[in-house]
Amino acid sequence: MADLFSIFRKSEFLQEVGHIAKFAGRFFSEGFQPRYEFREFIRQCYWVGYKSLPLVGITAFIMGLVLTIQSRPTLVEFGAESMLPSMVAISLVREISPVITALICAGKIGSGMGAELGSMRVTEQIDAMEVSGTNPFKYLIVTRILATTLMLPVLSNLSNAISLYGGYLGVNIRGSVSWHLYWAQVFDALSYGDMVPSIIKTFFFGFAIGLIGCYKGYYSTKGTEGVGRSANSAVVVASLLVFIIDLIAVQITDLLNLT
Amino acid sequence: MEAKAVIEIDKLNKSFGDNHVLRDFSMKLYRGENLVVLGKSGSGKSVLIKCIIGLLYPENGTIKVLGEDIGNYDQKQLDKMRVKVGFLFQSNALYDSMTVRENLEFPLRRHWMKETQERSEVDGLVMDALTDVGLAHTVDMMPSELSGGMRKRIALARTLILKPEIILYDEPTTGLDPITGREISELILKVQEKYNASSIIISHDMNCIGITSNRVVMLIEGKCYAEGEYGELSQSEDEKVRNFFI
Ligand SMILES: Nc1ncnc2c1ncn2[C@@H]1O[C@H](COP(=O)(O)OP(=O)(O)OP(=O)(O)O)[C@@H](O)[C@H]1O
Ligand SMILES: [Mg+2]
Repeated sequence: MADLFSIFRKSEFLQEVGHIAKFAGRFFSEGFQPRYEFREFIRQCYWVGYKSLPLVGITAFIMGLVLTIQSRPTLVEFGAESMLPSMVAISLVREISPVITALICAGKIGSGMGAELGSMRVTEQIDAMEVSGTNPFKYLIVTRILATTLMLPVLSNLSNAISLYGGYLGVNIRGSVSWHLYWAQVFDALSYGDMVPSIIKTFFFGFAIGLIGCYKGYYSTKGTEGVGRSANSAVVVASLLVFIIDLIAVQITDLLNLT
Repeated sequence: MEAKAVIEIDKLNKSFGDNHVLRDFSMKLYRGENLVVLGKSGSGKSVLIKCIIGLLYPENGTIKVLGEDIGNYDQKQLDKMRVKVGFLFQSNALYDSMTVRENLEFPLRRHWMKETQERSEVDGLVMDALTDVGLAHTVDMMPSELSGGMRKRIALARTLILKPEIILYDEPTTGLDPITGREISELILKVQEKYNASSIIISHDMNCIGITSNRVVMLIEGKCYAEGEYGELSQSEDEKVRNFFI
């Protein structure tokens, strides 16, 4: 038993997991006590949400378009070309669009937070905040994690919609489906069982991205090299976490028979 | 009559792993004096003043600021203490996502616990502080647009804006040309006279020490190795002490 314990303690991976869990615990224990940093939270929402819109929008549109074009030949082979809008809608909304949005945000926001907080740590700006009567954890971390948690579902929903427009274009490049019929088919195919789990998991994606970006930046080791490393590992760990959460989410929806 | 001590440090110990930085370090800072702490790079000078402001926690020993032991302060009391004790960071620590004005407003608004202080009042204090350091024209610039010396002076203005009774300067003149360095040293003197502030100044810069110091403490091997006036110490018999003044 003691041996087992020492293996756990020596394992750097598990240590890291423990630290991240502790960091998350601190978010929950400190995040919901006053004083609330409302202005900083709004500012972060603006950065996370609004500033990511163009990137998310463009990728979503291309994604919908490409997926439709790629799926057509297979469906044609089975004589199921008319299923194209339904199939594309389901795969976009349930899986592809939330995950791609999360990955894009992990890259853009996760690395941004890792680098920004890392350089603030290294140049003692975080200490300076503390000296200025501000709890840097609340001011910097809680606001950022909340912002990503709330903004990612918004971005993901927008991405869903925009990618379906891409799908419409894709359907009409070769074939011809009227605007009205396309949306009728799309909404016919989608049920709450597709939408709700997909939205819920994006909250977790957002939380994971904010948490990892902040954790890596906040505990950045000294030196500019450390800042680069924090940004880098924030992206890697956050992307990995997105897939792990996705895997867990699909198991849960499966168990609950939401499919 | 002996002046009143505003900071009393008694048998302070601080280590990072096996690295014992401070070992039973003791010293006092008296009201109205400029005390220079001199020591080699890595001897723990920054660690010492970070313990005083509560950014690092010593393993044992006591630190009394204005007569109160800060060891058992809670967060509120620490914040209160930090209004009275100003801290100039070695690396300036200006917030680089904010303008100079926002940098200076930050401690004001935060310590007053109000986001919506009278605009004109805040503006007045910001401009006063900037005028003191001779940089009123930079008020709407970003820190990245300023030179190193200007940034140091802005950081100094941010430290002084709360009119602290005690000021801890971490290498205020390092990395500056001799002329700017002298200006900063004179500024420190001016602050001492104007506000009757008591200061701990960490410095290697002999010009700065010559201008500002009333008393010098030597931090060697984690202890307060020697103390005295600048003139006294530079004539010291002890080689370890004299080496600093060559
Ligand atoms: N956060 C920390 N974690 C681990 N070790 C630290 C930390 N801060 C300082 N140290 C160690 O404490 C010792 C003293 O550091 P400190 O920054 O006080 O030096 P200093 O006297 O201010 O030097 P300089 O004149 O170069 O600024 C160094 O050996 C440093 O490695
Ligand atoms: Mg130092």
